[in-house]
Amino acid sequence: MGIKFRKIANLITGKGATRASENAERIRKMAIIAAVIGIALLASFLVHKYGVTGALKYPTNLGPELTGLLDGGFQWILVNGEWFFDAISDNLKIALGKLRDFLVWIPWPVVVALIFLLGWRIASFAVGIASALGMVAIGLVNLWEPAMVTVAIMMVSVSIAIAFGIPMGILAASSNSVEKLLRPVLDGMQTMPSFVYLIPGIMLFGLGNVAAILATVLYALPPCIRLTNLGIRQVDPSVVEAGRSFGSSPFQLLYKVQIPMAVPTIMAGVNQTVMMALAMATIAAMVGAGGLGIEVLRSMGQLEEGEAFVAGTAIVIMAIIIDRISQGYVLSRSDS
Amino acid sequence: MRPGFETGHELPSAGSPGEPGAAVTPQNGEYTISVRSLWKVFGKNPERALEAQNLQKSKTKIQQELNLVVALKDVTFEATTGETFVVMGLSGSGKSTLVRCLIRLIEATSGDILVDGENIIDYDSNQLRNFRRSKVAMVFQNFGLLPHKNVLDNAAYGLEVRGVGKEQRYEVASEMLAKVGLTGWEGSYQRELSGGMQQRVGLARALALDPEILLMDEPFSGLDPLIRRQMRGELASLQEEIQKTIIFITHDLDEAVTVGDRIAIMKDGEIIQLGSPQDIIMNPVDDFVKEFTQGIPKTKVINVASIISEPELIIADWRRIEDLVAQMDRAGTEYAICVDTDNKYIGVIPKQKVTLLAGRPAGDLTDILHTDVATVHPETLLEQALAALVDATIPIPVVDGSNCFLGVAAQRDILMVIAANL
Repeated sequence: MGIKFRKIANLITGKGATRASENAERIRKMAIIAAVIGIALLASFLVHKYGVTGALKYPTNLGPELTGLLDGGFQWILVNGEWFFDAISDNLKIALGKLRDFLVWIPWPVVVALIFLLGWRIASFAVGIASALGMVAIGLVNLWEPAMVTVAIMMVSVSIAIAFGIPMGILAASSNSVEKLLRPVLDGMQTMPSFVYLIPGIMLFGLGNVAAILATVLYALPPCIRLTNLGIRQVDPSVVEAGRSFGSSPFQLLYKVQIPMAVPTIMAGVNQTVMMALAMATIAAMVGAGGLGIEVLRSMGQLEEGEAFVAGTAIVIMAIIIDRISQGYVLSRSDS
Repeated sequence: MRPGFETGHELPSAGSPGEPGAAVTPQNGEYTISVRSLWKVFGKNPERALEAQNLQKSKTKIQQELNLVVALKDVTFEATTGETFVVMGLSGSGKSTLVRCLIRLIEATSGDILVDGENIIDYDSNQLRNFRRSKVAMVFQNFGLLPHKNVLDNAAYGLEVRGVGKEQRYEVASEMLAKVGLTGWEGSYQRELSGGMQQRVGLARALALDPEILLMDEPFSGLDPLIRRQMRGELASLQEEIQKTIIFITHDLDEAVTVGDRIAIMKDGEIIQLGSPQDIIMNPVDDFVKEFTQGIPKTKVINVASIISEPELIIADWRRIEDLVAQMDRAGTEYAICVDTDNKYIGVIPKQKVTLLAGRPAGDLTDILHTDVATVHPETLLEQALAALVDATIPIPVVDGSNCFLGVAAQRDILMVIAANL
């Protein structure tokens, strides 16, 4: 069969020997794939035709056992760690509430002015103006308060994510085995659908803002760890070598050479973390988080497309403002 | 007469910075750094390459049979204070591995490195850190500067790591920056500097530690040819001033000859020849070295000592000479060299001036004695002796550092050597 294909290939291409044999090789591979698919289909057909029950239905179902086990596990954690989770939950609730109250307390013109200044100084004048206009637009459609709630959730989540993510990234950069251990975990975290992150939150903290914060932190953590690790690892090895040659201790090397040189990459990670936190803070409306997400969810549930669209647009505007400003910060750092 | 030579005293000799020939030959035991049969083998279980049955095998054979790469093979040398020891080799010859082993950026497989009598191979990480912070500093080919720190902070980095206070380290760093000609650039950043200036910062950073040993890994290879030459000269005069032990790595024999007091030529991880620049150029140990030396003008390394000859007539007690003309005729020479009783050189008497003696008191040669003839040292390079040749009508007297007369360098001999090596 292979020989036949090769001959055909030679006939079709009619070109040089190497080219022909390359083509023949490709065709041979395709033939093998086709044969495997054919055999699989044939086997399936035969199974159905002769009604082989063992192959049509799984002999056992481990699902209930597994979920039961997990339920038990969570129950155990909740019962035994109640004091711990309660403490976290209470403190986070207080912090979040205070932050939200504070953000709402600042008069909107002050916020708009601050956003303008931030955008202008960090990115450009145009970004400043656009950001200010965006904030005004959010206020005009009476979404100011929900927007501030979303910002509060984001600020708390991002702070926690960075507080854990950067040290973990540094740890991963300084030890190959830590990196090997972390990589599959991070891969898994980044391939999981975003609403899966809501589950541990509800399990441990019940519905509400705290669950939303946990989900947001988990969701926003991977890019921060990854880019911190990457940034430190890709610092010019000759500079690291020079640092070592002058007798830097590992710690001196880290905070005098590697981390300062990795700052642009670390900031890119922070930018991603912020963006992912915004995305999750919106989705987290499903577990009872306040803010713009709940507006979208509610209006969609009541089939008020107009309201949903407006709230959705407000989220997009916030995303753009945050991205432009933090992006501008990253760029200004990597230029210097 | 040309300015600089008219007083008849020494031409710039090889003792002046940058010229080879002033090879330092310390007494045993005075070496700053002594490397004893250093090996570096890359691969799994590298000790296998050092087993007796493998010692004679070539690098390629060991790579094929044992899957090991021998980067350094039994390297032994020493260097001393004030010496610039050059390690020269092509890429892959192991020279960069060698210099990194000396500061343990790469750990050697076997061998000893003695610095001030201590084997740094035995140092634990703490001792090693202190060693790096105080006794040795390195200058890198691609500078290795910190882009987020300004020039002053970069130059002060070694001191900062050592824990020196801000004020003090800035003081030392600015002093070193002045030494390398970068005053006024303290606040600049790496990206604002040219390659040559960046390497000056690298040099200042190393010097700020006041190390005994300065390791320079192809420091000028990344620079423009013109800047490279300039930097070599500056390094040489700096070395004259600071008198460190410099281990200088290069792939350029021309550079090696210009900066080095002694040169070790490496090939496949081994030192195949070690000697003064003149040794290497004049007596290449094999075809490999010979090929390198071909591009080097020999006048750059051959000095007067190799062509020194006895003059026909030396007058020791010149005040009492009466039958000078007769003596000159008998010796068949056109000139006589005058020395005092301690063999110190005094001057030259050309034959045609002897006629002026008529009517003078016997033995008074003062009027016809030429004391302003240019002299050379034995270490003077032929290239530089050429300048003295221009005005010479008789062979050039050769004197040593304390003005003792050693012989003459005949024009003919100088020109012969140059012609033979053009």
